[in-house]
Amino acid sequence: MTLTRRDVENIAHLARLEITEAELPVYVGSLSAILAFVEQLAAAATDDVVPMAHPLEGQVQRLREDSVTETDRREAYQRNAPAVEAGLYLVPKVIE
Amino acid sequence: MSLHASTAAEIGRGLRAKKYSSVEVTKHFLGRIERANPGLNAFVTVTAERALADARRADATLARGVGGPLTGVPVVHKDIFCTSGILTSCGSRILSNFVAPYDATVVERLDAAGMVLLGKTNMDEFAMGSSNETSYYGPVKNPWDTARVPGGSSGGSAAAVAARIVPVATGTDTGGSIRQPGALTGLTGFKPTYGRVSRYGMIAFASSLDQAGVLAQSAEDAALVLGAMAGFDPRDSTSVDAPVPDYAKGLDRPVKGLRIGIIREFFGEGLEAGTGAAVRAAIEAFRKEGATVSELSLPNLPLSVPTYYVVAPAECSSNLSRFDGVRFGHRCQDPKDLLDLYKRTRGEGFGAEVKRRIMTGTYVLSAGYYDAYYLKAQKVRSLINADFKRAFGEVDVLMGPTAPTPAFAIGAKTDDPILMYLNDIYTIGANLAGLPAVSVPCGLVDGLPVGLQVIGPHFSEERLFATAHAWQRATDWHRRIPAAYA
Repeated sequence: MTLTRRDVENIAHLARLEITEAELPVYVGSLSAILAFVEQLAAAATDDVVPMAHPLEGQVQRLREDSVTETDRREAYQRNAPAVEAGLYLVPKVIE
Repeated sequence: MSLHASTAAEIGRGLRAKKYSSVEVTKHFLGRIERANPGLNAFVTVTAERALADARRADATLARGVGGPLTGVPVVHKDIFCTSGILTSCGSRILSNFVAPYDATVVERLDAAGMVLLGKTNMDEFAMGSSNETSYYGPVKNPWDTARVPGGSSGGSAAAVAARIVPVATGTDTGGSIRQPGALTGLTGFKPTYGRVSRYGMIAFASSLDQAGVLAQSAEDAALVLGAMAGFDPRDSTSVDAPVPDYAKGLDRPVKGLRIGIIREFFGEGLEAGTGAAVRAAIEAFRKEGATVSELSLPNLPLSVPTYYVVAPAECSSNLSRFDGVRFGHRCQDPKDLLDLYKRTRGEGFGAEVKRRIMTGTYVLSAGYYDAYYLKAQKVRSLINADFKRAFGEVDVLMGPTAPTPAFAIGAKTDDPILMYLNDIYTIGANLAGLPAVSVPCGLVDGLPVGLQVIGPHFSEERLFATAHAWQRATDWHRRIPAAYA
């Protein structure tokens, strides 16, 4: 699998990553090499194989009662936020 | 014997026998960190004040005669574990200003065991790396040769314990990130069964693979610390609700009659000759002690690395989408709109390898490619899992090398991601199948440590500890300290 510059630009956009002009050819090369490397999986016979959903057999994600278990720690959490006002996280205007 | 050459268990015994106080022990190690860390770069944060407060509290507990085996013993946490009020960077610029508002369960439990927190250790960014060279805080040096890498991603924890500037450290292992640095620095690196240790407050990389564990000087130390960390936690939905055995109690179980399987696929091309010879000699020593040894084939195991490099990046691309410059962490200057905010924040905040993995994961999960890559990889993962299951029908443990070579030079593999990925060729299988595994030092090749890996079935931690401990009673590789730090 060989990716083009355009492919990598598209992947970077989907992943919400800004990639510089200088970085772009490096990623075209290394991502193509990684995809070529993982291509060897295609040779494995997996027709009747069930994909592995969990490392432990029979283990399922636990459910809990739908009740409030968290206390309000908004102030503590928002101390890490780059911009807040009146308890709200600030972002650039989304709707004109 | 000097204090820093003592294991965590020995320091704990010394504290309870009142040979020294926890404050004295803590000051001793803080002094060693101050002298040695500038040359090693093993720490992101040293928490000296907090450590002394912890030590005073531990001394009070010990004075009342109610201390446990780890009360007053210093520990460091990989900077992937959230520590309340302390920088938790995950080795990344994007979290270089993140002061965690709560403690990870691992941190909470080792606190409760009375351990003294000396600091947070350097690591590959978001645990993505096998050499500790992807950290925003710079590479960590291997105490055995500071021109070489300590392995990764728990490289800071490994270097710190190997240089005996801390007695024991926590780590995490997604594809070998405890065992491989353990092997490259001469330590006992223990990764438990998936779900054994709570991941609450442990920053996620690949959720179907991540597990916390220990980098220690001995199997006994690893058993004590894992015993204190492990156990059910309702705050982690993957935490397994099963009692934790007293790992330290089972250490003396004899190896006579132990059925050992040698993984044939681990001794092929790419294994450095000296490493292979040391590992084979170790397995032969087990045979002489009364274990039976047979060679087994796990034919799908060579597909571990390509399987991992689909599954892990896919999960990381999802997990790392939370770093968006809105609620915490780095934010770019003057974003012109929300898309610009996301893209520049993430472009600036993540390093090259993390971006590479996010993009690999985004690609393999994208429309039209999901079946060919992700679904295919999860099917091959089932095949690998079945190989292990078959093997454990015949033997109690599997043995082989932990890493294909001893520590390599800093910079040697940074230009070729696939060459770097192949460092984990022997460790990834256990993660894909969720198995517990340990690396124990089994020799020196040109003055550099190499590791023997022991893999067991799910929840066979006791057996692995006893196997590692039997080896360490018969040998002294785990007591070797690099000359500059002796």
